[in-house]
Amino acid sequence: MDVLLNAIVSAVRLLLSGDPEVLRVMALSLQVSLTATALSMLVGVPLGTWLALARFPGRALLLAVVNTGMGMPPVVAGLIITVMLWRSGPLGPLHLLYTPTAIVIAQFTLAAPIVAGLTAAAMQQLNPKIRLQILALGATPGQSLWLLVREARLPLLAAMMAGFGAVISEVGASMMVGGNIAGQTRVLTTATVLETSKGNFDLALALGVLLLLLVYSVNLCVTWIQQRGRPL
Amino acid sequence: MTGQPVLAAEGLRVEHGRRATLDVSTLAVEAGEVLALLGPNGAGKSTLLRCLALLERPTAGVVRFHGEPLDWRSAVAYRRRTTMLFQEPLLLDTTVFENVATPLRLRGVRGPEARRRVDGWLERLGISGLARRQARSLSGGEARRVSLARALVGDPELLFLDEPFSALDAPTRVSFIGELAGLLAEQPTTTVFVTHDVGEAEALADRIAVLLGGRIQQIGPIEAVLERPADPEVESFIRSGRLPRRSAPDMSDKRAPSAGRSL
Repeated sequence: MDVLLNAIVSAVRLLLSGDPEVLRVMALSLQVSLTATALSMLVGVPLGTWLALARFPGRALLLAVVNTGMGMPPVVAGLIITVMLWRSGPLGPLHLLYTPTAIVIAQFTLAAPIVAGLTAAAMQQLNPKIRLQILALGATPGQSLWLLVREARLPLLAAMMAGFGAVISEVGASMMVGGNIAGQTRVLTTATVLETSKGNFDLALALGVLLLLLVYSVNLCVTWIQQRGRPL
Repeated sequence: MTGQPVLAAEGLRVEHGRRATLDVSTLAVEAGEVLALLGPNGAGKSTLLRCLALLERPTAGVVRFHGEPLDWRSAVAYRRRTTMLFQEPLLLDTTVFENVATPLRLRGVRGPEARRRVDGWLERLGISGLARRQARSLSGGEARRVSLARALVGDPELLFLDEPFSALDAPTRVSFIGELAGLLAEQPTTTVFVTHDVGEAEALADRIAVLLGGRIQQIGPIEAVLERPADPEVESFIRSGRLPRRSAPDMSDKRAPSAGRSL
């Protein structure tokens, strides 16, 4: 228990000290994970909606692929992206390996199936007649899609939180594609692993507490938006 | 009946697998009339209504609006001149005002004009006090009135009703049928409505089309169909849906709600 209390005190000290390295690591963690989550929402919500509402041969197969992607191990995603970003890989000419962009790509690969899978489930939960009613009110296909997304906004925000939670907390992919380079690609999770491997458990625990605080702050904002106007 | 029908269907056929669930050779709805599609569950009434509302693609056949054949490219423009009320209110998860304003917003009507029209309908249906309430907090009767306001706010030329009263309790149902009859009498709107209840058809319709097994078995003025069924199947269905009466029905006031007389 003392260890945890000390970790919380150390985390607060770290924050108050304004250590530029710690602040940089926190900012980079937030930046790459929020970017990856935003991109996964942009792709995952339309993809999940399409999978939920369209009827075509192979739909169940595609849904199963997305659902499998929801459980993809970060190291596997990291390995695949690393191979693709190697100089000899298909994305090699872009020279993205060991950059924050590479971490965004890897985290997007992890979050997009989670968002798409949960979106598909959310859309399938809606009353099927609501879609007909929206069309009967005179909606174009685009307006209809927007209204359906709005109807499913609560589970979609939950999908967003699940996607963000998965990527901010992963370490394998960020380590592989980012390389944990100080001042460039070091994020909270990779920094925690590094400090643990060096035996600096106090610092590692303090970084872990900072990570939890960061996740809590983001989720608090999204939960507030989600629960506005809901009955107690 | 004279002139071109507002709505017509020719050779309308819907097949599921090898089985035809709907097979309607011709159907015409005249301007201002209320046509009831009457039949038991599974007769194809709702399928026919969805085809007429361009919400379901038939396997074959054509639907005409003012004589012009409709296709799916013109579906949105057509649906913006029509409206449909389903069995459930199907309100969106927002306020009552926003629900009623939705059809206007979809048509690009916003600002004071939208507010004026929404407020007008809320007042007309006696639900002005609900404007700021969330739709999910409404009672069944309130939600039904909101869905009616939402259906009518766009001044539709055609009103489609898919068993709009069946989910209501008896007093709410009678009051709602009366309100709808009053609105239709005040502002005649061409209406096609689906029901399995002979009493509802008597209360609202000018003509009845009896559907059995996906086909229109008989169509005609309400008195003719009810008093002179075309065949034993129609007669059996109509009898099964009407309670015996002590005296001959008074058809002169056919818009009065008579839900209490039906099963």
